[in-house]
Amino acid sequence: MAMTSKAELFNYTVVRQFAIMAVIWGIVGLLVGVVISLQLIWPAFNFDLPWLTYGRLRPLHTNAIIFAFGGCALFATSYYIVQRTCQTRLFANGLASFTFWAWQLVILLAALSLVFGITSGKEYAELEWPIDLLIAVVWVSYAIVFFGTIVKRRTPHIYVANWFFGAMILAVALLHIVNSVAIPVTLFKSYSAYAGVQDAMVQWWYGHNAVGFFLTAGFLGMMYYFVPKQAGRPIYSYRLSIVHFWALIFTYMWAGPHHLLYTAVPDWAQTLGMIFSVILLAPSWGGMINGIMTLSGAWHKLRSDPILKFMIVALSFYGMSTFEGPALSVKTINALAHYTDWIIGHVHSGALGWVGFITMGSLYYLIPRLYGRTEMWSVKLVNTHFWIATIGIVLYVAALWIAGVMQGLMWRSIHVDGSLTYTFIESVKASYPFYYIRLLGGVLYFLGMLLMLYNVLKTIGQGKSVDAAVPTATAPANA
Amino acid sequence: MSDFTSNFWNLYIAITTVVALVFCAWLLIAVGRDKGKASETTHVWDGDLTELNNQLPNWWRGLFWALLIFSVGYLIYYPGLGSFKGLGNWTQVGQLEKEMIALENQTRPMYDRFLAMSAEDLAKDQKAMVTAERIFQNTCARCHGSDARGFIGYTNLRSGAWSWGGDPADIEYSIAEGRTGIMMPMGDALGGEPGVKAVVAYMRSLSGLDHDASKVAQGETLFEENCVACHGMDAKGMKDIGAPDLTDNVWVHGGTERAMEKVVALGRNSDLADGDFAMPPHKEVLSKGQIHLLTAYVWGLTNK
Repeated sequence: MAMTSKAELFNYTVVRQFAIMAVIWGIVGLLVGVVISLQLIWPAFNFDLPWLTYGRLRPLHTNAIIFAFGGCALFATSYYIVQRTCQTRLFANGLASFTFWAWQLVILLAALSLVFGITSGKEYAELEWPIDLLIAVVWVSYAIVFFGTIVKRRTPHIYVANWFFGAMILAVALLHIVNSVAIPVTLFKSYSAYAGVQDAMVQWWYGHNAVGFFLTAGFLGMMYYFVPKQAGRPIYSYRLSIVHFWALIFTYMWAGPHHLLYTAVPDWAQTLGMIFSVILLAPSWGGMINGIMTLSGAWHKLRSDPILKFMIVALSFYGMSTFEGPALSVKTINALAHYTDWIIGHVHSGALGWVGFITMGSLYYLIPRLYGRTEMWSVKLVNTHFWIATIGIVLYVAALWIAGVMQGLMWRSIHVDGSLTYTFIESVKASYPFYYIRLLGGVLYFLGMLLMLYNVLKTIGQGKSVDAAVPTATAPANA
Repeated sequence: MSDFTSNFWNLYIAITTVVALVFCAWLLIAVGRDKGKASETTHVWDGDLTELNNQLPNWWRGLFWALLIFSVGYLIYYPGLGSFKGLGNWTQVGQLEKEMIALENQTRPMYDRFLAMSAEDLAKDQKAMVTAERIFQNTCARCHGSDARGFIGYTNLRSGAWSWGGDPADIEYSIAEGRTGIMMPMGDALGGEPGVKAVVAYMRSLSGLDHDASKVAQGETLFEENCVACHGMDAKGMKDIGAPDLTDNVWVHGGTERAMEKVVALGRNSDLADGDFAMPPHKEVLSKGQIHLLTAYVWGLTNK
């Protein structure tokens, strides 16, 4: 492909910054997760310090994983992909740099405020209003950079990965702003604009779409670029992309009430939340099929390429979680599973298996290329990371499946004399063995992430920051 | 749908739902109709990213249709389309009531038998006490403890001391209606800290606890002037108002000098509204038969 001598360069600086911080925040988020899983077994691990109590560290764990680790990974990959596939440098590079520094500030403020017990009490939206405002500013800036780059693209078509990133950016802006509307009382305290059951509905409309758009659509964008790149294969089906994209973003918006089955939410709203969650199985699997079938013809590479292993396992967990999710939203199954550790297991098969693995696979592809290399410092270490983390996930998820079903059965068990067979505390006691296994799984996954950091640092040490030139020739009509 | 004052929102929801389902079906039909070949599209990105255009897998298309049809069927049977109640007339409250009635019918003969027995006799029925134990553990243990020995502020049901009376009838009333007692703050009336300490010294002497003997006489005088209206001349309390016996060395709010001084000086208000150590009523939570069974169980803890 032709290149001019004083070529325009891709903006890799912001990509490098976000990519490295994704790894670092991943370690922080996982470490906090390990600490709170220790506390579930040995409550004394809060050392009687209010800052280290479970109630404060748990939101720190979820926010660090979703918004710090996941968020930085999404920024890094979307900025990289949108430039490469639009064949142009980022739009508004100063603004892109602002999104990096401001997002890190959001993360720091979030960590501090949560540890000091400042929270709005809304799950996955705990941050107080000044931070919410900052997030809104960063997100709008992100939208300007991303869509600005799409507008000035040199390619005739918009690549499928960018559809998903675009949908994610628009939907998250909408969700965040609507759910965070609040009346400030002081700098550190506000009250939601919604009350009672409406508040619950808005909260879970936000909460489930944070999963649907942030953790699914965004990471599908990642999948749609890095899987075909690493496999060296074309995307399986363009028309499948179209159907599953539109069906996915359309049905996800309805699914929130499945978090509120058998509550004060009206029956009709529960039903709608349930049926659209059930329908979601098909659009979700559309993405899995497109990913897995893209690998077909490159199966032999799985033997030697640990990055592809990360990706195929990520897609498998994506398929499994998106089967489990619709099943759990069926009222009858939900009545057994709700409030049990099964739900925590479900979330982690999605977060550790899908989000974590597709990110790790993508970063292992991306990071060497940002430093003028084609491979990580040690491919063998990538393989070790893959196996340690895979065993970690399997232990974690299987333990909580068993614990969850057991808890659900114990809670609902009624003796023939009409009394509850077990007390709640008996179900807690019975869960202990599984909490040990879960801890072991979490520690393994954390160790894998440490290996990744080491490998990344070595890769950076051996390479040097390189910004590739933007190819100026228009894409050929056919490859 | 009681939140809505006009029918507009019912229609809005019903129409939006139908449009959403039709949209999914239309996507499947419109994109599936194109029988083009599975050849590559002409799109290329980033040097080598290309796309094939394979047909939608048949099994996947079938799955999608099956889910859509299931959803339509579900919406016909269950409430979901606006104010349409569904052919099945199902509600979650209705489901709960049905299950509760079935459970009640199943256990009625057993509870009828219990209600026909006195609490004293029932306490001797080993099998009934196993049932009672399970109800106790799920209902009472969170305050009174799984061993029924209570906690600071929560009555020890094995102590044999009953502020509100220990007869089965008293216990049954306590469980059903709850109990609210008030110990007035006496700090000022007793002339501040020295008076409080003197009264506590006197109280401790009654229970045979360590005490400052030099203060007992002053304490007794103050007690007779201030405390006997509720706790009685003999300090053995008055069960009608829940005034505890001060001579039995059972201290609901703690038996250290400091704890006792605090109760005397600042008082105790077990009013439910304050959430401070009140015994809540259970007649809405438990059936008559269950309350009778628990009465026998609690009475039996100290009456073997």
